[in-house]
Amino acid sequence: MSGAPKSELLVGSVIPPASRGAHLRDIGFRGLLIASLGASVLVLGTLIYTVLEDGLGHVSLDLLTRFPSFNPKIAGLESAFTGTLWLMAVCAAFIVPVGVATAIYLEEFADNTRWWNRLIEVNIQNLAAVPSIVYGILGLAFLVRGPISLGRVVLAGALTLGLLVLPVVIITGREAIRAVPPSIREGSMALGATQWQTIWRQVLPASIPGIATGVILALSRAIGETAPLILVGAATFVAFNPTGLDSGFTALPLQIFNWISQPQPEFKLLAAAGILVLLSMLLAMNAMAIWLRNKYERKW
Amino acid sequence: MEAAATDSTRATPGASALGVASPHYGEKIIKVLLFSAAMVSVLTTVGIVASLLGETIRFFGDVSLKEFLTGTEWAPLFSDPKFGVLPLVGGTMLITGIALAVAVPLGLGSAIYLAEYAKPRTRRILKPILELLAGIPTIVFGYFALTFFTPTILRDLAGLDVQIFNALSAGIVMGFMVLPTIASVSEDAMSAVPMSLREGAFGLGANRLQVSMRVVFPAALSGIVAAVILGISRAIGETMIVLVAGGLVPNLGVNPTEAYETMTAFIAATGKGDVPTGSIGYKTIFAVGTALFLITLLMNAISIRFVRRYRQVYE
Repeated sequence: MSGAPKSELLVGSVIPPASRGAHLRDIGFRGLLIASLGASVLVLGTLIYTVLEDGLGHVSLDLLTRFPSFNPKIAGLESAFTGTLWLMAVCAAFIVPVGVATAIYLEEFADNTRWWNRLIEVNIQNLAAVPSIVYGILGLAFLVRGPISLGRVVLAGALTLGLLVLPVVIITGREAIRAVPPSIREGSMALGATQWQTIWRQVLPASIPGIATGVILALSRAIGETAPLILVGAATFVAFNPTGLDSGFTALPLQIFNWISQPQPEFKLLAAAGILVLLSMLLAMNAMAIWLRNKYERKW
Repeated sequence: MEAAATDSTRATPGASALGVASPHYGEKIIKVLLFSAAMVSVLTTVGIVASLLGETIRFFGDVSLKEFLTGTEWAPLFSDPKFGVLPLVGGTMLITGIALAVAVPLGLGSAIYLAEYAKPRTRRILKPILELLAGIPTIVFGYFALTFFTPTILRDLAGLDVQIFNALSAGIVMGFMVLPTIASVSEDAMSAVPMSLREGAFGLGANRLQVSMRVVFPAALSGIVAAVILGISRAIGETMIVLVAGGLVPNLGVNPTEAYETMTAFIAATGKGDVPTGSIGYKTIFAVGTALFLITLLMNAISIRFVRRYRQVYE
């Protein structure tokens, strides 16, 4: 075992002779551990219960077909819902090609002894840990204003979210590509295929389920992100659906945030209803990812 | 091999698996295209640094570095502006500290249970619960902190005299947001400890508590430290919980029942309105953002170093 160097931990007084007290402490410790997991279960349960209790009465078709309003009785989240759909579609159109191409490059082409390839890897690792609000700053400074000056529009929001979740797509995509055994590539090359033919016709088809799972996970992270959208999204309330990449927008998490910030308690209940819509979309996406993984997962 | 070969033929429907080989310069173009896709992530970093630095340098044209780092008052948008960032850093540290006080013991406890105690079946049921907790958008945690945790738990149940917006509620709820990260990374580290170490300890008559705490825990320590640092960095960078439930009052105190403002909450609250480009308010977003970015970058570098260490030992 390669762990042998650590085995000096075991010699001498580390393990005292067994006693009754030690056994009781073991049982007590086990109880503490179960309690610490129980705390998470309790919080998750309470959180879902609270949101259901506050919001379930307000979830209706009306909620999805009305626009935001100053009057909580007639306020809805149609524009937020369609805004979120727009954002997710544009975000997917951006992260799928860029993320998959990066994953292919790093797994199939990049020579790891070159400093620029190592730089790309370290960089992706670091990007994954940058706070989401910093991506908001990037979006505000570069996409909304500054060199690109798109304004607070769908394209700026979707690209900001896309850059934020790109590392997720790249990292899971690389794992999926790595899981295709080298023998497949060698077989294809031996039959005279070029490297790209091998990738396009053998490696990619075999790794699509893994890549798709990664894309869904990335989108399910993007759909709930609020902080970057506060900086690049609509500042006030939006009572229209987006009509294109260059139109103003709001999104579910933004609308929920706006409603939470209102002083009237009725808006808080609407926010809970919005959270339920958001959580159901998340649940559907995650269920799809799990289904994909189970259906197409194969052992080589 | 047999099975793999059949699978790969199935993966390419159509008559010929190969078709006609195309000229190789096409391959070169494709490689260049793929490389440029990979450069998007590098350009993202360049973009982040450039956007932060440009405005930050302009900010320090108006405000001295000394005032920014040592001033104890933060009121950048007042007619008599004050640019001491310490209240924001202090608020961030206080809330992060509360979050860690919740997340570190509970997260490590969960990790030890999952790695050392739980049967495979129990693990299969319990792990998704942590994953679910990790997948909940932070705005939902913010809602929970503001509308349930503060009024019901802190005021009614614990009888604390807390303000509506307070560091305690935001911090504790943030603890549960960070907990899955700490639990899953440190569980990975503990699972990477070779079985032979545990078997050796059991052979010497140790019980599970002793094996977990005196053998597995120290052997996985670098991974556990990495997990905690990653948790700190997530807590510092979290925006929505503190924006919704922590209040927006720059406060250099330590009383967790009061309202505070964190670096992230300031950025979001200021960037929300249409601050004119070039105004001092616009520049402060970037100055505070730079401070935030540098702190999380440092945390991440330390964490990567620790993760590398435990991987080198056991893999």
